[in-house]
Amino acid sequence: MIQAIAFYVFAATAVVFALIVVAARNPIYSALSLIGCLFAVAGVFALNAAHLVAILQVLVYAGAIMVLILFVIMLLSLTPEELGRPVINWRKVLAVFLLAAAAVVLASRLGTAPQAAVPPADPSFGTIEGVGLILFTRYLLPFEMVSLLLLAAILGAAILSRRGPGDRT
Amino acid sequence: MTQQTLVLSVLLFAIGAVGFLVRRNAIVVLMSVELMLNACNLAFVAFSRQLADMTGHVYVFMIMTVAAAEAAVGLAIVVLIFRTRRAVNLDEINLMKG
Repeated sequence: MIQAIAFYVFAATAVVFALIVVAARNPIYSALSLIGCLFAVAGVFALNAAHLVAILQVLVYAGAIMVLILFVIMLLSLTPEELGRPVINWRKVLAVFLLAAAAVVLASRLGTAPQAAVPPADPSFGTIEGVGLILFTRYLLPFEMVSLLLLAAILGAAILSRRGPGDRT
Repeated sequence: MTQQTLVLSVLLFAIGAVGFLVRRNAIVVLMSVELMLNACNLAFVAFSRQLADMTGHVYVFMIMTVAAAEAAVGLAIVVLIFRTRRAVNLDEINLMKG
């Protein structure tokens, strides 16, 4: 019971913050709302017995990625003219309408589908021990490949943002 | 809980997709992509719990890593474009050379 209440609180928070992310005019408001949305989603992760994923969501997403995004927004410090005025045309209205219709149809079908019983989780489910064990045995090769991807991303970002001797500003 | 989590995942993905299609600020578009990736993570975790199999959690780690790499490189590109053209509006960024 308490779990259901917590779930609906987290879900409502996540949806409201996600709407602010998309609707806010100032990117700062978008970024701060995205942090709130990520925290709420971390709560839903914890309710689904994914404890390690919930902690990493807060540490990596809300901690590292969002700081990077906020840093870039404040570095650019856009003026209202550079933000541009909001444009509403028929393509945007169509996109919103079609995606809202698709979401309603999918959600209603999912909500009324017959529900299978959730098996009880064993004590190591979703903990560092349980996830780490299969991450470093069955999924060792993807794990190492992801570290290569991160290395490539670091080098790419460093080279992109490097300033040459002839650059302005 | 599984169904409700999946419904939440659908809603968050749809909101992120609307932001990706409708907004023209490059940074907000990147944040919408993060929102969609998070919705995917939610579905992975929900199915992982339902099937009592932790493979979904491993996938979530991979998605988080890819999201971090994407944010780092994407933001570096946004800063670079802003430095040379003073624009973050995607409608104004339409030339490879410039």
